[in-house]
Amino acid sequence: MSDHAATNGRPLLTPFNIVAGIIVVVGLILTVLRFTGGLAATTNLDDYNPWGLWIGFDLLVGVALAAGGYVTSAACYIFGMKRFHSAVRPAVLTGFLGYALVVVALHYDVGRPWRLPYPFIMQQGTTSLLFEVGACVALYLTVLFLECTPVAFEWLGWKKARALAVKMTMVLTIFGVILSTLHQSSLGALFLIAPSKLHPLWYSGYLPVYFFVSSIIAGLSMVIFEGTLSHRAFHDKMDAVHLEERDGVVLGFAKAASLVLAGYFFIKVVGISADNNWHYLGTGYGAWFLVEMIGFVMLPSILYAVGRRDKNIPLIKWTAAWTVLGVIVNRFNVSMIAFNYHLPASDRYFPHWMEIAISVFIVTVGVLIFRWIVTRMPIFYEHPDYQDSH
Amino acid sequence: MENLFYTLQDFYTHTKGVTYVLMVGILVSIAFFWKFLAGNDDD
Amino acid sequence: MSISRRKFLGWMGVAGAGSLVGRSAKAAGNKHFTGHPESMGVLYDSTLCIGCRQCEAGCNQVNQLPPPEKPFDDLKVLDTTRRTDAKTYTVINRYTPATGDKPVFRKIQCNHCLEPACASACFVRAFTKTETGAVTYDASVCVGCRYCMVACPFEIPAYEYDAALDPEITKCTMCYPRVSKGLLPGCVDTCPMEALTFGKRDDLLKIAHERIRKYPDRYVDHVYGEKEMGGTSWLYLSGVPFKQVGMREDLGVTPAPSLTAGALGAVPMVVGLWPVLLTGVYAISKRKDKIEQQEKAAAVETAKEQTQSQADAKLTEALAQAEKDKDAAVEKAVAAALEEAARKQEEAAQKAEADSSASDDPASGDSGATPSEEES
Repeated sequence: MSDHAATNGRPLLTPFNIVAGIIVVVGLILTVLRFTGGLAATTNLDDYNPWGLWIGFDLLVGVALAAGGYVTSAACYIFGMKRFHSAVRPAVLTGFLGYALVVVALHYDVGRPWRLPYPFIMQQGTTSLLFEVGACVALYLTVLFLECTPVAFEWLGWKKARALAVKMTMVLTIFGVILSTLHQSSLGALFLIAPSKLHPLWYSGYLPVYFFVSSIIAGLSMVIFEGTLSHRAFHDKMDAVHLEERDGVVLGFAKAASLVLAGYFFIKVVGISADNNWHYLGTGYGAWFLVEMIGFVMLPSILYAVGRRDKNIPLIKWTAAWTVLGVIVNRFNVSMIAFNYHLPASDRYFPHWMEIAISVFIVTVGVLIFRWIVTRMPIFYEHPDYQDSH
Repeated sequence: MENLFYTLQDFYTHTKGVTYVLMVGILVSIAFFWKFLAGNDDD
Repeated sequence: MSISRRKFLGWMGVAGAGSLVGRSAKAAGNKHFTGHPESMGVLYDSTLCIGCRQCEAGCNQVNQLPPPEKPFDDLKVLDTTRRTDAKTYTVINRYTPATGDKPVFRKIQCNHCLEPACASACFVRAFTKTETGAVTYDASVCVGCRYCMVACPFEIPAYEYDAALDPEITKCTMCYPRVSKGLLPGCVDTCPMEALTFGKRDDLLKIAHERIRKYPDRYVDHVYGEKEMGGTSWLYLSGVPFKQVGMREDLGVTPAPSLTAGALGAVPMVVGLWPVLLTGVYAISKRKDKIEQQEKAAAVETAKEQTQSQADAKLTEALAQAEKDKDAAVEKAVAAALEEAARKQEEAAQKAEADSSASDDPASGDSGATPSEEES
């Protein structure tokens, strides 16, 4: 084990560490400000705009981009694509950290964070989509935690506990896919209650389906994107199997993402048609909608396809980053840009720099924890004691 | 007369609540049923 | 024609005594919901409103809200468009309509929807559509997620953004505590122009339509709140299109809970069918793997057999050769043995002749043949 956990040799004052350190310090100061001065002191939220960046980015984007966990484990364990096995652990770990940080971020946003369990222990607002999201996120966070435990057990050398945890893989995977389907779609369904506030091009009865399908796209692209970054940073931690399977994972996921993007494009068109919203395409919002549809859905679908056909790994990697950006754009559109479209510009929302800083702080914390874990635990390599045990 | 609801909202609160309880039951029972169904497959 | 608010005060007494707990036949069942029977509402006739802000003052007083920045008799406040906020449950705004130069006014407060979007959206059920018609809020369970504010089509709920640790949602309560005691809502009580009428919603609707019928030139032929978002307990009459006094006419008539019913209905379908689908896919992929393995094993077996049979053939050949060699050797040995035996017999005979006794020793011949027999 010790030969893998080679952290002792790393210099402490790398540029990355310095920047991360500054962000963390600023984040901690702003955290104090948030919990002493309230949302008024740290955000641009107001009575017209109750949800801002902390919901639009931290919750909606965070959950969508953490979809790699369920997508990868479903592909490997349920659909039997064993060649993706080496991608499962990084994806599940990213998913777990992503969800954990979403929950942390919510503590900043809600008024009384210690009451977050109230919907389950006090009164159940069963008609609320947010109740459904809350229940599923809480359960799924538990599932992801359990899915990560074999890693920790291998690291700690607890063989019996590891064997037990591995036994649950199938049940957890299926449970994870069900919960993900539900809450990924319900995040979109949150906005169904406000047809008069969300621009018709983004409001649709199909919103839950759109959010679910685009979460698959986000998950697939995130695995490629995050893998690219990890490759640069943690190449020395990866074993031969991981490196060997890497290109296969990239090509396979690019193929899947291209196909899902194509399907997503088609159902979005159907949504426009179903509500007869064609005439909005000629407006300013329509132009922005077309940018999203053509630039961030159709284009990556084609680029992924070309990349896969030509085995052009760099093209696929750039496309993955672009697609991730596209998912962010979509979530921002639904929650902020096209939301409250009817209000005059003076009543519209733009995030305060402190909101952005807190979001950056939370993402940075996530990256730091990820680094801490992968430099110690068997994520990118198989633990020598358990090499043939899957 | 527990089935008397004046508002759609109250009606949904009740029926969706029951549905949530049912869903927990479904998830538990399907797991056991699958075990029963495919229990002796491993040969 | 306007109804005296004193008269409604009297009505209220009756309502409080009996009808609030009464049930009407049409409310039962679970197909069509008509709201709490004989629930109350307020009719705001904007043609009677003079924008004096007395309702704001009354509201502020009965709800013990913090004093305003500018006094309630300062009408300069009307120069800017305002909205409800954490310290204000109701505001009067002034609009200059496209036709005519006479300013018109509009009162804003919670409309107390028959099917409230805030109640539908709240994940701790902090909002309740009460029997009086008021939609009340319970701060003791509120988490502060502000989803109610997102959900409200009228943009009414406000939030105490200043509060670091105990922020609450604030909104008009239609004076639930006062109405329960038989009193009028604060704003209705203080209106000097009787622009506000409190009463049973059903009666108010009749009054509103009656006014439109009697004075068609005075009113737009629409009672705002009768159908908007499935209907609201507050009803509005206006002399100018409602859009011109900042009220949205594009909200539709769908009650809020119906907007999310479809998505919520899909949840148990996913829970029921996803495990079936996923374990099915899993079983298929596992079976595919198994068949693949079996085929692989079979292929290996065939290959093995082929090699085996080739080897066997060689072996047989070799064995046959060995047999032949052995047979030859055996024959030789047997011949030798026989010869030996014959020779021995001869010797024995000679000996017997000499000893005149018979003896027999076949062991040497048998033992010579046995190993080769066993081998073949």
